[in-house]
Amino acid sequence: MSTVVPPASAPRVGDLALRCNGLQRYLGHGEGRVHVLKGVSFEARRGQVYAIVGPSGCGKSTLLYLLGLLDQPDGGEIEINGQPMSNSDDFARTAARGAHIGFVFQFHFLMLEFTALENVMMPMRKLGRLTPAEMEARARSLLDSVGLGAKTHRLGTQLSGGEQQRVAVARALANQPSIILADEPTGNLDVKNSALVFDLLTRLAKDNGQAVILVTHNPEIAQRCDVTRPMRDGLFV
Amino acid sequence: MSPNLRIAFRFLTAKKRAMLMSLSCTVLGVGLFIVTQATTSGFEEFFVRTLLGTDGAMRIEDRKQSTLQSMEAAGGTGAHILQREGVKYIEGVEEPQLIKDAVRNFANVRGVSAVLRGNVQVTSPFKTEDAQIFGIKLDEHRLVSELERKITTPGGLGKFLESTSAVLMGRVLADRLQLSVNDSISVSARGETRRYHVAGIYESGSRDIDKTRIYLDLGEARSLLRRPTGATFVQISLHEPNRARQDAAHMEDVLGHSVRPWQEREKEWLSVFRALRVSSAITVTVFTLIASLAMFNTLAMIVLEKTKDIAILRSMGYERRDITQIFLWQAAIVLAIGALLGGLFGATVTWGVSMVPLPINTLFKTQTFIVSWSVWHYVQAIATAVVMVMVASLVPARRAARLEPGDIVRGTAQ
Repeated sequence: MSTVVPPASAPRVGDLALRCNGLQRYLGHGEGRVHVLKGVSFEARRGQVYAIVGPSGCGKSTLLYLLGLLDQPDGGEIEINGQPMSNSDDFARTAARGAHIGFVFQFHFLMLEFTALENVMMPMRKLGRLTPAEMEARARSLLDSVGLGAKTHRLGTQLSGGEQQRVAVARALANQPSIILADEPTGNLDVKNSALVFDLLTRLAKDNGQAVILVTHNPEIAQRCDVTRPMRDGLFV
Repeated sequence: MSPNLRIAFRFLTAKKRAMLMSLSCTVLGVGLFIVTQATTSGFEEFFVRTLLGTDGAMRIEDRKQSTLQSMEAAGGTGAHILQREGVKYIEGVEEPQLIKDAVRNFANVRGVSAVLRGNVQVTSPFKTEDAQIFGIKLDEHRLVSELERKITTPGGLGKFLESTSAVLMGRVLADRLQLSVNDSISVSARGETRRYHVAGIYESGSRDIDKTRIYLDLGEARSLLRRPTGATFVQISLHEPNRARQDAAHMEDVLGHSVRPWQEREKEWLSVFRALRVSSAITVTVFTLIASLAMFNTLAMIVLEKTKDIAILRSMGYERRDITQIFLWQAAIVLAIGALLGGLFGATVTWGVSMVPLPINTLFKTQTFIVSWSVWHYVQAIATAVVMVMVASLVPARRAARLEPGDIVRGTAQ
């Protein structure tokens, strides 16, 4: 099956990048089945930074994975740049992830056998919009902008936790996605690195007119976001 | 290099020990497959070559005659109805020249020779032995056997052609009678004794042949055996010996004689070789099965260890088929290196085995282990390894592709 995913359009601050309505999600089976999301609705616009906060188990990360098309909802709708994705097949969701969404995870998930440069080039290689030389130039530029221009050829194992997370931020921005989803991006970092990574993420996203949605437990980080949405028991409160 | 191949290569080289284990198993699987095939088919091919070079690809032997019974028709008219009852075999070939002329019309026929065979007693100054005279026309028989190549004494067939009282004798019989070239012998048949001299000694490769068979000019053999006409059999060589069965069936229909292809003539021994081949096929299948299990194990391990990498690849837009490809590429890399090294290993061991002293002097004669060098052994070994390793790799590769990125990130992937 082939699904044409339109390339991310030129960033226009204020455009609706993502919308979900009435999202339902159950996790587990049988008696252990839990109603995690109970009809969540949410919108994210380009150039804005959103924080989803709430206690552990309230459904923040589950919502983020649904918005990132890493998981499928049991009910409700999701639109990415105006394209309905709720009932799309795996192929279409994968293509949309590659073209429109960048992820930053708590445990950075760098591919440790690859250098920082290769990690950043990885999404570009799959998307195939740029030539190899353009990919490398863009990856170098992104690593420069996160302060790792001198460490482009270091393997993941040769970078500190904060450096790995900065590479992950550069990688999330590689394909110029319209949406950046970050699951506790500073959760595994010290205060200094947390501030550094958050500043990077928000500055680069604002510069590029991207919508940033991050899940966090850190109230200081949440306060610095444009919009904060607290969650409890599977609903925004 | 494609992104998937690049990732596969890095995944593989990051697991050096497991990869080397899989690679070793593949090298051993491919190499031992080649060695087993080379040694098993070596003896079989040598045996077939020996018997084709001595007794030809086919023999036309007894004439077939349909037997009929008659029944008187009802009504007392005296009329009889003839009904085919069975087949009667009349020993020997009565008109060898006609048969030879007819056989030469078959496209696959390379040579035809009429042979007259008879039992004799051979006496040397030392002792007397039973033997069989094979009366041949050398010019014809050269085309249906490798007799010329098997003469081990100086002068080859030259001395045999010089005189009708010259004989060619098998090495075993000559040794038993303590005879050398130019020695005289007495040959007794049907109450008559004649003197001949040994013009050459041959080694056919088969001890059974070398201890009984004496070649003599056909005309002289007719005189000695008192058979002025006919032949015991007509020996045929073929351009393509493997087509002997089909040609024999066709000739039997056309000529009305029984025609025995070499596959039927030597079926007992060929069935032994077939059993050996099946046995070795089972052994080599186990080798390659071990190689495929090792590959399965390595890939399954990599899948388990790389679930987070799979999740991140999927989050970056890599499709399920990319994940499958990444794991199949890993198997393909191991296979490619394994096939190359396995081929070299197989060739080296085959060469080493061919140097092993192994004197055999019964069914055939050899001093060393006989191996067969065939490119098909390498093709078969690699093809078997490719099929088994790729099939074994499909399971972990598909399992990796089925992993849901959301489940992995959440930590609930099964």
